[in-house]
Amino acid sequence: MRGLAVFISDIRNCKSKEAEIKRINKELANIRSKFKGDKALDGYSKKKYVCKLLFIFLLGHDIDFGHMEAVNLLSSNRYTEKQIGYLFISVLVNSNSELIRLINNAIKNDLASRNPTFMGLALHCIASVGSREMAEAFAGEIPKVLVAGDTMDSVKQSAALCLLRLYRTSPDLVPMGDWTSRVVHLLNDQHLGVVTAATSLITTLAQKNPEEFKTSVSLAVSRLSRIVTSASTDLQDYTYYFVPAPWLSVKLLRLLQCYPPPDPAVRGRLTECLETILNKAQEPPKSKKVQHSNAKNAVLFEAISLIIHHDSEPNLLVRACNQLGQFLQHRETNLRYLALESMCTLASSEFSHEAVKTHIETVINALKTERDVSVRQRAVDLLYAMCDRSNAPQIVAEMLSYLETADYSIREEIVLKVAILAEKYAVDYTWYVDTILNLIRIAGDYVSEEVWYRVIQIVINRDDVQGCAAKTVFEALQAPACHENLVKVGGYILGEFGNLIAGDPRSSPLIQFHLLHSKFHLCSVPTRALLLSTYIKFVNLFPEVKPTIQDVLRSDSQLRNADVELQQRAVEYLRLSTVASTDILATVLEEMPPFPERESSILAKLKKKKGPSTVTDLEDTKRDRSVDVNGGPEPAPASTSAVSTPSPSADLLGLGAAPPAPAGPPPSSGGSGLLVDVFSDSASVVAPLAPGSEDNFARFVCKNNGVLFENQLLQIGLKSEFRQNLGRMFIFYGNKTSTQFLNFTPTLICSDDLQPNLNLQTKPVDPTVEGGAQVQQVVNIECVSDFTEAPVLNIQFRYGGTFQNVSVQLPITLNKFFQPTEMASQDFFQRWKQLSNPQQEVQNIFKAKHPMDTEVTKAKIIGFGSALLEEVDPNPANFVGAGIIHTKTTQIGCLLRLEPNLQAQMYRLTLRTSKEAVSQRLCELLSAQF
Amino acid sequence: MIRFILIQNRAGKTRLAKWYMQFDDDEKQKLIEEVHAVVTVRDAKHTNFVEFRNFKIIYRRYAGLYFCICVDVNDNNLAYLEAIHNFVLNEYFHNVCELDLVFNFYKVYTVVDEMFLAGEIRETSQTKVLKQLLMLQSLE
Repeated sequence: MRGLAVFISDIRNCKSKEAEIKRINKELANIRSKFKGDKALDGYSKKKYVCKLLFIFLLGHDIDFGHMEAVNLLSSNRYTEKQIGYLFISVLVNSNSELIRLINNAIKNDLASRNPTFMGLALHCIASVGSREMAEAFAGEIPKVLVAGDTMDSVKQSAALCLLRLYRTSPDLVPMGDWTSRVVHLLNDQHLGVVTAATSLITTLAQKNPEEFKTSVSLAVSRLSRIVTSASTDLQDYTYYFVPAPWLSVKLLRLLQCYPPPDPAVRGRLTECLETILNKAQEPPKSKKVQHSNAKNAVLFEAISLIIHHDSEPNLLVRACNQLGQFLQHRETNLRYLALESMCTLASSEFSHEAVKTHIETVINALKTERDVSVRQRAVDLLYAMCDRSNAPQIVAEMLSYLETADYSIREEIVLKVAILAEKYAVDYTWYVDTILNLIRIAGDYVSEEVWYRVIQIVINRDDVQGCAAKTVFEALQAPACHENLVKVGGYILGEFGNLIAGDPRSSPLIQFHLLHSKFHLCSVPTRALLLSTYIKFVNLFPEVKPTIQDVLRSDSQLRNADVELQQRAVEYLRLSTVASTDILATVLEEMPPFPERESSILAKLKKKKGPSTVTDLEDTKRDRSVDVNGGPEPAPASTSAVSTPSPSADLLGLGAAPPAPAGPPPSSGGSGLLVDVFSDSASVVAPLAPGSEDNFARFVCKNNGVLFENQLLQIGLKSEFRQNLGRMFIFYGNKTSTQFLNFTPTLICSDDLQPNLNLQTKPVDPTVEGGAQVQQVVNIECVSDFTEAPVLNIQFRYGGTFQNVSVQLPITLNKFFQPTEMASQDFFQRWKQLSNPQQEVQNIFKAKHPMDTEVTKAKIIGFGSALLEEVDPNPANFVGAGIIHTKTTQIGCLLRLEPNLQAQMYRLTLRTSKEAVSQRLCELLSAQF
Repeated sequence: MIRFILIQNRAGKTRLAKWYMQFDDDEKQKLIEEVHAVVTVRDAKHTNFVEFRNFKIIYRRYAGLYFCICVDVNDNNLAYLEAIHNFVLNEYFHNVCELDLVFNFYKVYTVVDEMFLAGEIRETSQTKVLKQLLMLQSLE
């Protein structure tokens, strides 16, 4: 096409962008006039102009015409014209429905033409465009072309991959059928090109339909076996630099990775293949060319992937590891890179973990000497993967020293990894705190909030390290220039635990304060705010420095600080320190309670950064299994480390750094109310009632809807209605996390005393609660007879590998079965007198716990269930009520009288019912409301 | 699978772009620029592999041209590295220079389609590919 060549030359000769655009516009005008002209264009011209348009498009210019001419070319009988037409369509297709119909029509004709060249063009076009319309039109036809006996080999190749494309874009339109078994048998085809194409198709289909394609395993193994045992010249065309069919071998090995290790018979043959591949790696090369070694190693690396995937042959795993070990020192950078990458996965296998560890020095050396940052990155990954208790101090130290010179692009990730390893393998928590402080010193800017939050969480939750942590931060703060993150950690820790080192005259309260305050003015606003909180905590910890601190707070730079937050803190803290008694100060400024244990925020961050697969660490699974397999290479954790080790079962999901769980009762400091037993792992034990449960329970006595319980993970809401002696309660369990709860089992527990009096019926809920989801449970309630206790709702579930166990009292109380009764003053007093028996009356005199507000009191009495009787009591300040408690067996009339004494801030509550126990219980319940 | 194949010169001019997944035109242009930026800064001592978005690029430089294949992260690096060489090695390209790729751009697509289709390796035999290409040439 001379015209095309001339046009391309012209464009290349253009001196400027403007000249090029001018030339293109001229050409576009010319082509447009040709297409619009009266004279019909011959095929050659049409092809030439369409090709020019394509060239212009590829230069980056928009093309808005010529599509019709391109479609016309499809029906030409000349290959070159058809080819240009298809090329134009493949590159420039848009979803113009009118055209798609015409294109599909042309493709249909070519597919039916029995001309292999035309069929090839049509299939390549479908494979390139792969739109849904094409899938609809051809997904049924292509399998037939693929398995037909008389289809040419080259067409089969195209058909296989064309079908693969359609399956990827519209799997629903490619139904499995009779053809599938025949496709599997293409693995036996004479033509290795057909096998190469078919293997890709089968691999993709097998991933989605493993059952349907499982016969491919034995066929793939025998094919592979024939290839790897063939002499280097047997396969002729398919031998590449003395390596027999390397790409096909790789594809077959990938297909096998869709399945578990095969049956023993096939397995023996496969093991032989893998051994042969490993043996060949040791043979002297047949060529010095890099292509030879690359092709050979492509197969080797894929074989190693399969060995790791099966993770069942210790012998092969160790051999693979040794082979990779040799590559670690290879002069080819590519091989060193790939060996590091592949070893990373080997490190997670129990069989090869120890073998991987022997290469630690080489890997550390790689970290120091590799020129390509991506290789160093892989070395960091591998060190992270091979880390366990035995080598953690060394690896952490090496990573820390590398961090001093590491590329900026990977610093943050290394910081996260060091933080995780230091926490996970800390036997000695002073080492952990030291490591993190070093981390902040070396790479403070890359230490994200999560990292320093975490160290504080751990120090707060572990009282055995608090003194040491205080000492360490105190020493670290001595440095003339320290990173702001260190000031934050130091400020927080000294504010909580500075008293633990205050006995030493070198770190007396005043010295601690001056040390922190010397950093104050160099810090940003959030850090200063934190330091102000430290100061007020000092006021509580060390009364002797109170005047000094008050002076600081009182200074203009604090009290009149331009920043609202700082000013507010200064004003409030100053005021607090002046007006509050020692007791109040001690309560308000009490030591922080332990943090609820949850997935390490650092690990979550690393996962977010790298995607979960790269951080998954099978360390603990491995430890579980290795005990009987390898005779337990790791010593059983000593009692001290058992405390700091997350329970193995908690770690299966790769939550490697699940926080250390305190053994035994939680630290007494500020934790007295912490009864949520999240650490217990025995499912049969019902947790003690959650903290705050009593308060919440009381809140529901006079109302029926609301939130009953809430912690970091779970929210329990209630909605209930009662009528006479029956009731129905809807319990809503909300998963507040983004992770699912497993084995979610709420259980209603009635004590032996309660059981005969209260009937509860419910259905079990779905054991899986998705992240962010809410499930509902309905409880049907029947009050058989009057009762005192409340049922307990116990909820057990697994969250991220840890067992959770929560118990709360369910607010089903006797007053729920109240029916209000209206009556006149006369009637009321008449009945009141009838119930004058001493056992029938219960009276309680108590101090008001809430402000004495008449309207609130009225609402509470109505909410309690009784009628509120107006103008009954001669004293308008008093409240009287009446109602009937309905149970299945009987009905109990109740009268009540509440007499407030505003002056004394006291109440007197009197209840009269026909049954002493009922009077007693109602009085108890109602007294708690005021 | 292969996400795209790019042939670029050192100045960043695209000599071939073959896409195996849907990108809109702006996205394609962005990818082309990013690949150029990532690949050209690397020297001979570096690996032939670069992490790229959620994929990786396997590339090889021949004189002034970069041949880049973008594949999934778990794909076999060396297999694709040699696939590039196998493609370039083709007799059909014997002694070709960058200019030939420019003037015969419409034929280069045919060669690519013979060896790669639907993001997979279709044919690896030099002889088979050459035979087919010569047959097609005879039809011109």
